[in-house]
Amino acid sequence: MIQKVKNYISSLFLWELIKGLNLTFRYMFKRKVTVQYPEEKTPQSHRFRGLHALRRYPNGEERCIACKLCEAVCPAVAITIESEPRDDGSRRTTRYDIDLTKCIFCGFCEESCPVDSIVETRIFEYHGEKRGDLLMTKSRLLEIGELAEKQIAEDRALDALYR
Amino acid sequence: MEAIYQFINQQLLMPMSAMMFPADLQAEGLYLMQTSLKVMAILSPVLFTVAYFTYAERKIIGFIQGRIGPNRVGFFGFKLWGLGQPIADAVKLIVKEIVIPSGANKTLFVIAPIVSLAPSLAAWAVVPFDDTKVLADINAGLLYILALTSLAVYGVIIAGWASNSKYAFLGAIRSAAQIVAYEIAMGFALVGVLVAAGSLNLGDIVMAQSGSVFHWFWLPLLPLFLIYFISGVAETNRAPFDVAEGESEIVAGFHVEYGGMAFSVFFMAEYANMVLISVLSAIMFLGGWLSPLQGILPESVLSSEVIGSLIGPGLHWLLIKTSIFMFFFLWLRATFPRYRYDQIMRLGWKVFIPITIVWLVVVSALVVAGVPPWFD
Repeated sequence: MIQKVKNYISSLFLWELIKGLNLTFRYMFKRKVTVQYPEEKTPQSHRFRGLHALRRYPNGEERCIACKLCEAVCPAVAITIESEPRDDGSRRTTRYDIDLTKCIFCGFCEESCPVDSIVETRIFEYHGEKRGDLLMTKSRLLEIGELAEKQIAEDRALDALYR
Repeated sequence: MEAIYQFINQQLLMPMSAMMFPADLQAEGLYLMQTSLKVMAILSPVLFTVAYFTYAERKIIGFIQGRIGPNRVGFFGFKLWGLGQPIADAVKLIVKEIVIPSGANKTLFVIAPIVSLAPSLAAWAVVPFDDTKVLADINAGLLYILALTSLAVYGVIIAGWASNSKYAFLGAIRSAAQIVAYEIAMGFALVGVLVAAGSLNLGDIVMAQSGSVFHWFWLPLLPLFLIYFISGVAETNRAPFDVAEGESEIVAGFHVEYGGMAFSVFFMAEYANMVLISVLSAIMFLGGWLSPLQGILPESVLSSEVIGSLIGPGLHWLLIKTSIFMFFFLWLRATFPRYRYDQIMRLGWKVFIPITIVWLVVVSALVVAGVPPWFD
């Protein structure tokens, strides 16, 4: 009964509303957490999964041996691989396409690769301007691999402990 | 301000009316032009305030939510904390196409935004900015305000009906029921002011509050003051009473189908209404242009030449008081979640109306008994 009267009075005098207003007013003067994106950036993990790349060995030979594990594991069916034996008898891909409009950036391709060939880099600021721009071909993937090799190698080394 | 007006009046209006109007209509022509000038002098600051109120809203709500709000668009390559944002928004909205949905009632669809903006601007006619500065010093000011603020609901209803969309229609129905409910509480709160001041003229209502901060009507009419402001929030369809828009339930309510300038007129109407409610609360409960230092400092200081213009009664006090209420609108929006529909109805009919009626009796008793310091 007394509790009921108490509740009635406190709701009549907007007590809880005033408490809420007080809280939001104090928050107005708190430090702002906004990261002003193009100028400031949030830190990235070395496990960041961004744009894909195909790597080469230091001697320039491409790592991919066309085992097609990535193609098999890809849950979004974004990878298409065709392969043929090369003139020297080694098994290589003739086609390695990743449709980035299908890709869900799960990183399974990276996990499944026995030779660390297909990797996901930290690059996430890219765009396509016309149809087909986001369909990555083998040559473009290798190109990205060459551009980002230093960062990729560093990130691999950091993660090697846990693999 | 007076000097500028006199200058324009003599240098521009008088020669112009002499040129434009025949001799026997001189006086009428001059009056027409002078009134138009005054209307412009009132409405351009109001619309400017409306534009920058949107900026203030985004900034303040951002700050409360730990963000910084718009801070990119500035002028001439300077960011200036995003002060150019309202202008960029306006340009963007003006350039956009207005899509009229198929099956919509075209006439009503186009008229609706105008119907909702016009009353909130027209109501400024009776707002006293100073003991002399008021466009229409009519004796039915309070009645006029009440009539115009309730007209705004037609814009919402017409828009919801004309859009030929279920969301818009739901929004319109909700809004109609809500505004009708709160109109009554608001009207009773104003009756309280009327009883306390003994006049419908807004200037007289302010003058009846002169004395000191404690002579202002917020104290004797405290429940009515709170109810008036909360009903004002409900009238303008603002959070936490924004079921008419209800983004999460009915997309945007009555104005889903509107785009471009038609939408922005609705937007302006909403903000103009908020500014209007703020200025009216300041006039009726916080003593309008009266100085809060009145009654503390001697009268001779307040009316002195230099200091008096700063701390004495004047337009700036009205602006400060209005800004406080405008801030409250944003603060409430940043704090409270939306009311459930039945809660809104309960609050309007079963809480506000009984309280106002009870307090009306109390105020009447106080006035009849001549209780000092307010009613002696």
